[in-house]
Amino acid sequence: MNGADSADGRAAGGAHEEGIARERGPEHVHDHSVDRGVDRGVDRGVDRTSGSSGEPPAEPLLDVRDVAVHFPIRRGLVLDRTIGHVFAVDGVSLRIGRGETYGLVGESGCGKSTLGRAILRLEKPTAGQVFFDGRDIAPLKGEELRTMRRRFQMVFQDPMSSLDPRQSVQSLLTEGMKAHGLTRGAAADGKRLRELVDAVGLPAAALRRYPHEFSGGQRQRIGIARALCVEPDLIVADEPVSALDVSVQAQVLNLLERLQAELGLTYLVIAHDLAVVRHVSDRVGVMYLGGLVEEAPSQALYDEPLHPYTRALLSAIPVPDPELEDRRERILLTGDLPSPAAPPPGCRFHTRCPWRQPERCDTERPQLRVVEGTVPGHRVACHYAEEIRSGALRPHRVEPAVAEDVLGPGAVPDQPGSVTEILGR
Amino acid sequence: MTGSKGAPLLQVRDLRVAFRRRGEPETVAVDGVSFDVAAGQVVGLVGESGCGKSVTSMAIMRLLPQRGVHITGSVKLDGEELLTLSDARMRERRGRDLSMVFQDPLSSLNPVIPIGLQITEVLRRHRGMDKEKAREAAVELLDRVGIPDPRRRITAYPHQLSGGMRQRVMIAIALACAPRLLIADEPTTALDVTIQAQILELLKEMVAETGAALIMITHDLGVVAGLCETVNVLYAGRIVERAQRHRLFGTPRHPYTHGLLRSIPRLDAPAGEALEAIPGSVVDNVPWTHACAFAPRCHRSVERCLEVTPAGETTGGRLLRCHNPVPASAE
Repeated sequence: MNGADSADGRAAGGAHEEGIARERGPEHVHDHSVDRGVDRGVDRGVDRTSGSSGEPPAEPLLDVRDVAVHFPIRRGLVLDRTIGHVFAVDGVSLRIGRGETYGLVGESGCGKSTLGRAILRLEKPTAGQVFFDGRDIAPLKGEELRTMRRRFQMVFQDPMSSLDPRQSVQSLLTEGMKAHGLTRGAAADGKRLRELVDAVGLPAAALRRYPHEFSGGQRQRIGIARALCVEPDLIVADEPVSALDVSVQAQVLNLLERLQAELGLTYLVIAHDLAVVRHVSDRVGVMYLGGLVEEAPSQALYDEPLHPYTRALLSAIPVPDPELEDRRERILLTGDLPSPAAPPPGCRFHTRCPWRQPERCDTERPQLRVVEGTVPGHRVACHYAEEIRSGALRPHRVEPAVAEDVLGPGAVPDQPGSVTEILGR
Repeated sequence: MTGSKGAPLLQVRDLRVAFRRRGEPETVAVDGVSFDVAAGQVVGLVGESGCGKSVTSMAIMRLLPQRGVHITGSVKLDGEELLTLSDARMRERRGRDLSMVFQDPLSSLNPVIPIGLQITEVLRRHRGMDKEKAREAAVELLDRVGIPDPRRRITAYPHQLSGGMRQRVMIAIALACAPRLLIADEPTTALDVTIQAQILELLKEMVAETGAALIMITHDLGVVAGLCETVNVLYAGRIVERAQRHRLFGTPRHPYTHGLLRSIPRLDAPAGEALEAIPGSVVDNVPWTHACAFAPRCHRSVERCLEVTPAGETTGGRLLRCHNPVPASAE
C-alpha cells in the first residue's frame, strides 16, 4: 500500500487541481466502490469539456514525447548480430487530457498497437518520454512500475486469449485487486465485484462462471470489468470491438461511453476502423509507418482530411448506403505498406502518395504542423497540405512499387514443371 | 453480362445443411435457403458469424465433408443438379465453371509451391494447356489482377507476398478458367481498408470484364452496398430479407436488417449520434421450428413471433420473413 501512496503522492505534484479527487489518504485507501467512482466522474466532467475543445490539453493526463520503439532484427546463433531494426514506432508525440478519448487509427503494421503497449510500458520505448500525470514512466521499473500500473489498464482485442480460461470471472477480477492491495474482506469485495459486473451489464451469476461460457461480447465485457477492477485513470483499448459481431459491437461501444461518463475515465482507443474511432473519440491521430501523419478533433478530421493518406483511408471505407457508394469518388492507393524495417526516406507516404512532388517529399520528413484556416488542434505532417487543400495540386497516377526487400534475386529456385514434380513424385 | 432471362445461372432451392454428431441433436446451419443468381449478376449474402453464409457457399461448391453432414434441397448450375453429381464430374466443374475466393489467402494457397505453379495447375487441368502456354497465361493473369512485375513474381512463394497480393493471386486462380460463377467468401475481411478498396475494385472490374456472376459473402454491409445488385440478409440459417440494394438499404423492413444498419458506426453520420445496439447475441436465438429465431432480440416482437414461424413472403421484389415488419414509411 505504501508503494501506491508514495507513487501517487509524487504524481499529484504535477496536476494539483485533481488533488482532492485522487488523493489516497489512509482513510480513503479502502474505499473502492463504484459509487465513489461516480463521484469522481462528476468532478472530472468539467475537465472533459476543456479536453474536447480540439486543442491538445495544456495539462494532459498522458503526455507522450517523441517516443520510438525499434525492434532489433537478429541473425545468427553464435554471433547473434543485429542486422537491422524494425522501426515500429518512430518519433510519436501526443497528449491526452483527462476524461478525453483519443483515437489512434492506422492500417496493420503502422505501429499503433506497439505505441499503445509502449505507453503502458508493456514494451520499453527505445527513445522518448511518457509522462503519466506529470511523471515520466518510461524509465520506471520493478515495484515502482508495478504500483503505477494500477492507474493504466488495457482492454485487449481478443477477450478469449486475454482471459485465463481456468479462472472463474470472480477470480479474474479479484486477482488484480489483490495484486494492488485493494481487497478488504470477503463481504465488501463481493459487493464490489457484483457492482463491477453490474456496471458492465452482466448478471451477478456471471462471477461463478468461466470465460468459455460467455459469448464474444460478454467476454469483452469481462475484459472491461477486469481493467476497471483496479480503478484506473487511463484505459488503453486495443481494437476493443474488431473481434465482435457487428450487432454486438454497438453494445460494447455504448458500454465504453457510459463507463467513461460515469467514472470519468480517459481512453486511448486503438483501432483500424475509422468509423468506430470517429464514433468514440474526441480527437483522432492517424498513423502511417510508425509516425503520426495527422491529428485533429474527430469531426474535423472527417469533414476535412488534410493528409493524402487520411483522404485515401476515408474514401476507402465502404458506407452502407448504395446511393452514396455510387456517387463516391475513391482515392485508390496503389501498392502495399512498405516494410517498417526499411521505411522510405523523406515522407514515409511518398511511395504511394498520389500528390507526391519531386525532391522535397523524397528527402525531407514532414513534421506535424498547423495549416492556416483550419480548426484549432488540426495538425498535419505534409509539405504540400495547403496546395492540396486549395486544389492547386492535382492527384496523379502512381506506379505500384515492387518491394525489393521481400523478393531478392535468387530467392526462389527456377520454375519447376508441375506440382507433382516439386513434391518429388 | 448478357444472361437470358429464362433460367437463372444458379438456382438454390430449399438448401438445408445439418451437422450430425453421435449423441447430440443435429445442428442446422442452413435451413431452407433459396435464391437465384442470373448470369453476370452480383448477389450478396450478408450476415453475422454463425448465420450460415459460409456453409451455404461450401455446400454449393460441394466442399463440405460427406460424413456427419446432411444436405438436402437442390443446387442447380445451368440446370444441372450439383448436389447429386459424381465426385469426378464435380471436380471437373469446380474450378472451371464455378470457383471460389476464400477469406484467408495464406491458408488457402499452398505454402510450399510457387504461386505460378498454383495458377498453371488449374489451366493445365481444366484447359489442357501445355507447360509453356500455361506459364504465359499465368503471367498474363497475374498482370491482369494488378501484380507488378508478374514474370518475376511467378516464382514467388505465398509467404513472400503481402496479404493484398496473395488475395490477388487467389482471384487470378479463381478466374483462370473464366468461370461463369465466382463465390467470394469474405475476400477482404483479412485486409486493410485501403487494400480492401483495391480488391473490391478488382473484383468489380473482373466481373464486368469476364461476365461472371458473383456471390459476395460478407458481414460488412458497406461492402455489399457498393457492389451487389441483390442482397440476401441471413439470420440463423434463413434468409430474413432480400431486396434490390437501393431498396434494402433505403427502407429496411426486417427488424434485424433495420437494427443492424442502425447499430454500426457510420462515417457519414452526424457527430455524437448514439448507436442503437441490438440486445443479446447470435447465440440467444431459438430454433426456427416453432418461432422466429430473431424474436428474443427483436424490439418489435409480438406474441405471435414466439408461437408461429414466419414464412418468407415476396411482395414487389422483396422477400421478407417477419410477422411485424418495420413499416415501409418509417422515417
